[in-house]
Amino acid sequence: MVAIAHVKRWLFVVALIPLMRLFVLAYAGQLGANPVEFITRSTGTWTITFLCITLAMSPMHWITAWSGWIQMRRMLGLFTFFYAFLHFTIWYWLDHYLNFQEMFADVIERPFITVGFVAFVCMSLLAITSNRAAMHWLGRRWSSLHRLIYLIAILGVLHYFWHKAGKNDFQTVYIYAGIILVLLVVRIPLIREQLRRIKTRS
Amino acid sequence: MTFKDPTIHPSQITPRAIAEDRRQWLKTLALGSAALGMGSWLEREAFAKTAAPREKLPAKLNEQYSTRETQTSYEDATTYNNFYEFGMDKDDPAKFADRLQTRPWTVSIEGMVKKPVTLDIDALLKLAPMEERVYRLRCVEGWSMVIPWNGYALSHLLNRVEPLGSAKYVEFISLADPKQMPGLKRPVLDWPYREGLRMDEAMNPLTLLTFGMYGELLPKQNGAPIRLIVPWKYGFKSSKSLVTIRLTEKQPLTSWSASAPREYGFYSNVNPAVSHPRWSQATERRIDGRGIFAPKIKTEPFNGYGEYVAKLYAGMDLRKFY
Repeated sequence: MVAIAHVKRWLFVVALIPLMRLFVLAYAGQLGANPVEFITRSTGTWTITFLCITLAMSPMHWITAWSGWIQMRRMLGLFTFFYAFLHFTIWYWLDHYLNFQEMFADVIERPFITVGFVAFVCMSLLAITSNRAAMHWLGRRWSSLHRLIYLIAILGVLHYFWHKAGKNDFQTVYIYAGIILVLLVVRIPLIREQLRRIKTRS
Repeated sequence: MTFKDPTIHPSQITPRAIAEDRRQWLKTLALGSAALGMGSWLEREAFAKTAAPREKLPAKLNEQYSTRETQTSYEDATTYNNFYEFGMDKDDPAKFADRLQTRPWTVSIEGMVKKPVTLDIDALLKLAPMEERVYRLRCVEGWSMVIPWNGYALSHLLNRVEPLGSAKYVEFISLADPKQMPGLKRPVLDWPYREGLRMDEAMNPLTLLTFGMYGELLPKQNGAPIRLIVPWKYGFKSSKSLVTIRLTEKQPLTSWSASAPREYGFYSNVNPAVSHPRWSQATERRIDGRGIFAPKIKTEPFNGYGEYVAKLYAGMDLRKFY
């Protein structure tokens, strides 16, 4: 098996490509007529993409028995938060000009924003408790807390769904919702056991 | 036609040579990544290569109705479009609209009129003197542009067909041809695209029957060969690629209010006091090349055209008739 430290170094670089792309496009004046919208949507899309990849790590471990999947999981989770943080910050900064009251009013008033904001707050909790010290301090509560990722996934899809709802444009929403549904369903104990059996057979 | 804008400092404008150099650099990069199948992900401009030849459309500037605000660049106004008949993404119309055949083209004006008629595009172009009007365009999505349109008041056409006293509304129907419009495959709206105005709104001198922009015939992605511009209403009220104009007694059912009545009303006057259910309409992002840190601007009632149109709605509750 490949050395996991080596894989993680590459993973780190690859996970930064979506951000680098935004810098390249910005430098070349290629962010389109509405750059703020472009950046907001791009970081949103990458948040949900990294969320899916993160959720795929455990099932991959069950199927292949390679522990590397689990060792990559934290970094991927943190990249999910990183893109969510950019997504939130761009909106807070360039749509609300860092006016907390105005931003918060938007959160309260519009369910579409509310679910996105709640997902982001939950993600922040997971991000700050992703280190060893927090794991140690939280003990058994740590894994219960980190099950919030399932709620975050559902809220994330709902946020995306509502964003697209006004125009009945659900093609990509359905793709992400389908992937997340599969990734949640495989966690049902009965199905999880079936997946685990694959590795013992091979 | 260019206007000097005192709020832009010359040092903020990227010299053409540097901008082109950056694009060249990006193209090289995109070419390299094309081998990895990532070319289109890095390069937005591919469609520009297939752009149709541009035809001049001379028009006399109408100062009374023209704003002197900084104009949106031709590139932005022709690559960032909502025209779902060609696809849902903002750049789909610029990519796919070249399939549209704009000649021959006829528009039939029918319904509650004394002299119904079907006119071809050349007759329509000659029906009244061509004017240029620089209007603000406010999209319901919260962005706005400043665009010089070429056309003449819709009232010239409507007067010609002699509306009957019973005509209270005007219905506008756009082309819906699946052979030319790939977006029709998706049931986003009940095609064809239908819009409408009340008779007095249609006759208002601001309502422009539009054939061109920036002194040229309309690009296909902007609604060629003939569209409407109703500057005090959200952009979707300004129907593109018109084929039928029908005068009716009853308020026509419009495509957007049929699809989402709570979000898109019949009137859809630009109104900062009435939020869209999923976002505020109090401010807008002006697309005029000032970059991502330019603050959003306050949206004006009737998009700033209140002095010409507010009287049309005297006594109406515009929260109810949104």
